[in-house]
Amino acid sequence: MVSMVADEKAQPQLLSKKAACNSHGQDSSYFLGWEEYEKNPYDPVANPRGIIQMGLAENQLSFDLLEKWLEANPDALGLRRGGASVFRELALFQDYHGMPAFKNALARFMSEQRGFRVTFDPSNIVLTAGATSANEALVFCLADHGDAFLIPTPYYPGFDRDLKWRTGAEIVPVHCTSANGFRVTRAALDDAYRRAQKRRLRVKGVLITNPSNPLGTTSPRADLELLLDFVAAKGIHLVSDEIYSGTAFAEPGFVSVLEVLAARGNTSDGLSESVHVVYSLSKDLGLPGFRVGAIYSSNPAVVSAATKMSSFGLVSSQTQHLLASLLDDKDFTRRYIAENTRRIRERREQLAEGLRAIGIECLESNAGLFCWVRMRSLMRSQSFEGEMELWKKVVFEVGLNISPGSSCHCREPGWFRVCFANMSTKTLDVALQRLADFAEANGKGAHPTRRGLAGGPARTMSCPAGRFSWANRLTPGSADRKAER
Amino acid sequence: MAANSGELLSRIATGDGHGENSSYFDGWKAYDMNPFDLHHNRDGVIQMGLAENQLSLDLLEEWSLNHPEASICTAQGASQFRRIANFQDYHGLPEFREAMAKFMGQVRGGKVTFDADRVVMCGGATGAQDTLAFCLADPGDAYLVPTPYYPAFDRDCCWRSGVKLLPIECHSSNGFALTREALVSAYDGARSQGIRVKGILITNPSNPLGTIMGRATLAMLAEFATERRVHLISDEIYAGSVFAKPDFVSIAEVVERDVPGCDRDLVHIAYSLSKDFGLPGFRVGIIYSYNDAVVACARKMSSFGLVSSQTQYFLAKMLSDHEFMARFLAESKRRLAARHDRFTSGLREVGIGCLHGNAGLFSWMDLRGMLREKTPEAELELWRVIIHKVKLNVSPGTSFHCDEPGWFRVCHANMDDATMEVALDRIRCFVRKHHHQQQQQKAKAKLWAARGPLHLSLPRRGGAAASHLALSSPLALLSPQSPMVHAS
Repeated sequence: MVSMVADEKAQPQLLSKKAACNSHGQDSSYFLGWEEYEKNPYDPVANPRGIIQMGLAENQLSFDLLEKWLEANPDALGLRRGGASVFRELALFQDYHGMPAFKNALARFMSEQRGFRVTFDPSNIVLTAGATSANEALVFCLADHGDAFLIPTPYYPGFDRDLKWRTGAEIVPVHCTSANGFRVTRAALDDAYRRAQKRRLRVKGVLITNPSNPLGTTSPRADLELLLDFVAAKGIHLVSDEIYSGTAFAEPGFVSVLEVLAARGNTSDGLSESVHVVYSLSKDLGLPGFRVGAIYSSNPAVVSAATKMSSFGLVSSQTQHLLASLLDDKDFTRRYIAENTRRIRERREQLAEGLRAIGIECLESNAGLFCWVRMRSLMRSQSFEGEMELWKKVVFEVGLNISPGSSCHCREPGWFRVCFANMSTKTLDVALQRLADFAEANGKGAHPTRRGLAGGPARTMSCPAGRFSWANRLTPGSADRKAER
Repeated sequence: MAANSGELLSRIATGDGHGENSSYFDGWKAYDMNPFDLHHNRDGVIQMGLAENQLSLDLLEEWSLNHPEASICTAQGASQFRRIANFQDYHGLPEFREAMAKFMGQVRGGKVTFDADRVVMCGGATGAQDTLAFCLADPGDAYLVPTPYYPAFDRDCCWRSGVKLLPIECHSSNGFALTREALVSAYDGARSQGIRVKGILITNPSNPLGTIMGRATLAMLAEFATERRVHLISDEIYAGSVFAKPDFVSIAEVVERDVPGCDRDLVHIAYSLSKDFGLPGFRVGIIYSYNDAVVACARKMSSFGLVSSQTQYFLAKMLSDHEFMARFLAESKRRLAARHDRFTSGLREVGIGCLHGNAGLFSWMDLRGMLREKTPEAELELWRVIIHKVKLNVSPGTSFHCDEPGWFRVCHANMDDATMEVALDRIRCFVRKHHHQQQQQKAKAKLWAARGPLHLSLPRRGGAAASHLALSSPLALLSPQSPMVHAS
């Protein structure tokens, strides 16, 4: 058994500085909550009192669609093409340019997700082992040690590790607030840029996640124009992590920065060579285990450098082979995109409605696998201490692993990211019930408008089966049932 | 913007650290432009620069056809699809780690056991070295590496981490064995320049030598590392490709049995399935460390290069079929031995020797006798002739940082028997011509010496000499009419 406790006195000089420091960010609450869940995971039968994982943005809603496809496509089974074995070919294929059939299919799929309003040139795609690897490789290519990226808050906690740890790059947050729905503004960008300069950091780019994690919103076209203007003015890069592009389920719909860029036409500012997109199949297809990520760039130098760097994390050839067949099936991708987003919307509604019923609001969202939830009414003090206190209660007493906004670098206390697509509807019911019970018990000191409810008859706060019609929402034979575990 | 890309991109992106601007890639380019095909292009360049094991893929293929349950895409394996597709835990599938730990023990003849909890995944051995460098050293620190060594270490260990590689010179006089004197000299040399040595990187079995390291040398390294408190990284990627005596001795064995007092916190093994199995496409790299903190750190870093869960699942099934693994290892070694013996004996027919090797997918060929002079330039000249005229992509020793010119690594496990014979024919033909030409030169040189002062060449004779060689190669400079012949 490996001891995880390193002797700090003996080790610091023996290992690298990177090994000894914790800028991998894994001491953050984002990961700690995860650890707690691992120790005591919920299971409806074996461990009904366990912690429900609501901190993991996974898409488990549409596996059945993939399974059906596999059943119907025997040639993708067991490494064959047209009945003949391709085992040998795949075993030896380690070309970092990636499998042409896969890149072609991926380019088409990415285009389809953008309503075919953008076309992707397969030769500008660099395959990497997940978006984690793509983001890190891109920073290695764009920034020197000590250079900085501006990132609007709140942002995915993993960026602290992925973008900074081994690259030595810095992140300077661009502060966004609920005053305008956490949208990025020119003032906020300028302020962040100034702060970077004060710290004598050379800013190499802005990194956005669109659709946003943790907000679940898509960037309005105007915001993308604003960002392009900003990076053009500063002569820096714009990286758009579009890993959730396939999860947009409602209007106004997902608009990629590449679409906005294309609409600007060919200008002489060379902007098209400074805009780079990151993608992955982990969220849209629910295949995080397969480690399929991609960098898309129109900058030949970036493509060239990133391609060479991808040697450190290539995509397994057998996985490329499987996915080439899957994504090449146009009928399948069309049906999948439509059905998958429908299920995400439905599940999101279940969570949002359930929270509304107990007086908790979510940010209005149209994408993602999570809601950005305002829980300050349950906090004893409107501060980050209050937020942490609440978080601990929710993890340990209520038994829900949700992610506190502070772990996402949010400037306002009281926000939490709550995931909904990695569990069955029944489990989501259980989670909402627990939260409702907790909210009731915490009625004292709650938000004034809720005090009335809390002070009222118990039945308005408790959750008899009839009050929340989750069961009624499921139609017989609903695909949801198959997706439930 | 393109013109400014030098500023717009990082130093890492715009520099040469990836190693691909090296002129050694000329051989690859020649192959890419004109690849040999037994049926369609018998005049093409034969790829002998790629250390791949293509000899035993049929065995793996057969196993995979007989075990559909190992694939999550078949009817038999489909029930596992969603669990596996969703599994992204950087600890790896428990069954994969267990199977890998047991297999690593099996490859070492059961002489050591490996702890599954110390098995960390990486993006191939390439990713393993990159990750280890990040864990063990800071930018500017150095590893000592015995020469000759695998050229891509310059990229894998240095490109992103900023670590330097410093050579420990080894020589043919003792079969390129690593000596304590050479090690101490390299270490002291680094220290005198103010460079902090963080580790010693060995490849055992050796690439490009095809030899294994002796137990005494390994023990010496373990002791030295402990004394100076530097890491010892053993890349054992060819551990399963030792096809003749003496038996392979892993650093794991030495650490556990021969030098039990050594500091295990310093010992790390890199492994992969790309060579022993011939599965480079599956990207299976492993770090095995005896240092808990390194395991913990490397594991977190493995997020940047995890093995596809689909692949982990497949390999967990295959590796834990111990009976098949035993048969596979035995048969693979038998085929490697046969191929090695055929190649080296074919070379011996024309008086070309190789370093006596018992492992790996290549031979370390001695062409020192064919060099115009004992210089790296002369080696590269000869190399270009072999690429462009003999049409074999072989790898020149200088690309492996060998400080003795004239050695070439020739891979021979990446082709079928018929292609091997074509390659041997070409080599024999080339060598015979070269010897013949050398003899002619000697004879003419004597004649000229007897005649007195130097005469300039006549075009006709020059033309005849050139056509005799059937080349317009640098060797033509040595044709009888060249003033240089007289000078040498």
